Amino acid sequence: MTVSDVKIQVDEVYKIFGSRPDDAMAALHAGAGKAEVLKKTGCIVGLRGIDFSIRRGETFVIMGLSGSGKSTLIRHFNRLIEPTAGRILVDGRNIMDMNARELLAFRRSGISMVFQRFGLLPHQTVLENTICGPILQGVDRREALTRGMEQLELVGLKGFEHRFPRQLSGGMQQRVGLARALATQADVLLMDEAFSALDPLIKSDMQEQLKQIQARLKKTIIFITHDLDEALHLGDRIAILKDGELRQVGTGEEILFRPADDYVERFVRKVDLSRALHANDAFAKVPVLAQAEATGGRAAALLRQHPAVIVTHGTEMRVVTSGEPDSAKRAACIDAAATLRQSFLLLADEDAVVVMDGGAPAGVLTRELAFKALCRSSGAAYLDHRQRPQVLDDVVKRSSNAADDRLGQGLCRA
Amino acid sequence: MADNFPELLDTRGLRFAIDDGFSWVVANYGDTLERLLAPLLKLLGAMEAFLQWLPWYVTIAGIALLTYSASRNLRMTGSAIVMLFFIGAVGLWNDAMATVALMLAATVVAVVVGIPLGIVMARSDRLRSIALPLLNIMQTLPIFVYLIPFVMLFGPGKIPAILATVFFAIPPVIRLTDLGIRQVDGEVVEAIVAFGATPSQKLVKVQIPLALPTIMAGINQTTMMALSMVVIASMIGAGGLGYQVLQGIQRLEASRGLVAGIAIVFLAVIFDRIAQSYGRRAQKHLEHGE
Repeated sequence: MTVSDVKIQVDEVYKIFGSRPDDAMAALHAGAGKAEVLKKTGCIVGLRGIDFSIRRGETFVIMGLSGSGKSTLIRHFNRLIEPTAGRILVDGRNIMDMNARELLAFRRSGISMVFQRFGLLPHQTVLENTICGPILQGVDRREALTRGMEQLELVGLKGFEHRFPRQLSGGMQQRVGLARALATQADVLLMDEAFSALDPLIKSDMQEQLKQIQARLKKTIIFITHDLDEALHLGDRIAILKDGELRQVGTGEEILFRPADDYVERFVRKVDLSRALHANDAFAKVPVLAQAEATGGRAAALLRQHPAVIVTHGTEMRVVTSGEPDSAKRAACIDAAATLRQSFLLLADEDAVVVMDGGAPAGVLTRELAFKALCRSSGAAYLDHRQRPQVLDDVVKRSSNAADDRLGQGLCRA
Repeated sequence: MADNFPELLDTRGLRFAIDDGFSWVVANYGDTLERLLAPLLKLLGAMEAFLQWLPWYVTIAGIALLTYSASRNLRMTGSAIVMLFFIGAVGLWNDAMATVALMLAATVVAVVVGIPLGIVMARSDRLRSIALPLLNIMQTLPIFVYLIPFVMLFGPGKIPAILATVFFAIPPVIRLTDLGIRQVDGEVVEAIVAFGATPSQKLVKVQIPLALPTIMAGINQTTMMALSMVVIASMIGAGGLGYQVLQGIQRLEASRGLVAGIAIVFLAVIFDRIAQSYGRRAQKHLEHGE
């Protein structure tokens, strides 16, 4: 990561709640724990030595359970909460050094925010709410209204602009919240448990919409959630926070497959790996032949080194697994970015599906490969802790014959 | 007769000191204070003169219109007209207008002073912890107790009457402004701050509009308390309906007291309905839908 890629840098941020922050800081530096600080000074350690950076244009998820300090942390980015110590640099500028006027300007045009319970003004219409940012920026009212309408259209609320927030459903209200945040045209978007108050179906709709909007606008998004599935789905990178301390920062895969400690491991244990892994992680690259090239001999030669060969027939894909050219079977296609879970339905009917990468066939995914990928991943997650997964132990224990033993070992090795 | 309780402290010295101090203030600053408050007297005089000059049917039509625009209720409007007509018919019109003028002037002063005080109180917990007991004392201290300094300062007349009324009536509007602002949803306030509102923008765009129903309830209570002061205020020269009641007592004329008392009740009902309807409409505005 080069310096110019960094949009926001959080540098050793501490937040102490209570009347004796200096004593508490001294105790922390002397190596005291959170409980000890509370006992000695009566202060609560909200955040402790938070240090990470966020890249330009990335969706950075901060995840933790309630009380972990995530909502405290996100409020530091626009100084709704002031840190006790530390710096936060946005575009290389320490926001803690800003005076009142600079801070107002920064809040107006540099950063915007979406709230868990929406935070809409109940006495103003949807459109009035949406243009709140531009109006505070001092944008001319007519221009602000145009901007507001654009954003409402973007989030799919055209036609609702003259309603009041209470007349809308939760999902629609949060779309207003999103439109309001986007209307300021700020680079950085803070989302504080933005979708946590919504029904599951509406929540996933909103996640998709956010992804689409993000693909177009390339904002730097800081997203707070307590929901790991949401974090994995949205986040380019994820930070895990516990008791005000950062436990791990990494991509979804790093968090899932190389958890930094027991806490993170316990956190991710229940994740359905078939949703977290993509066809990309599991498929085997195989040669692709046009129909004209696919003579029996050629295919047979290739099959000695590869598990299968793909033969294209116009837009139709066939998979050859044995020497007989007639053995070619029509196969369904799946995108490399699809999750393994999505491939299960296809694999239930067929032995192999063709994995498409950027519209061109790249390889095949078989049931065997899919299973192997799932095992390899959970194996890796457990091996880091020198722990054997319990389910595998059971398999080995119960198996009395050699074949079962081999299966057990095979699974472990895989 | 000697007191049953042993005399532990000699309070006479302290009381003399307070009384002398007060006399000194009256002697040295009485004129200055009176001059300072002259605009208030002018406001009251002008309002009274205006209301008494206005033809009665115009006043009734005006109040009826106000009632209707607040309540959108024809029955309420009709009963307001009937009540005002009664007041005029029993020969208390001018007294009633004097009372309304005193009540409105006192309410206006109480609101103008009380709302900013309530706003300041909502901002600072420390100030609140000082102000709340003071307000409690103000509301429980018998009203005659603060008639004394005002009468001493200004002599009997309209100024002490209006000041005593303001003091008596101001606590609800301060209290409910503070409460209303504190009750505003914290996330809405946080949102507007996050979008770069200054403290005064936060106040004007969010806190006051959202606290308005509660503030209106405070203004309503203040109006009612101001009206309830008119009889007592008449003892120090406020005139109006209260003076009629006072004369009823002095001359032992039950009828005079009763008729003036009913007129006061009618005024209270009319103004209470107007203020409450406005409060309810402000609330409804916030609860669109559902």
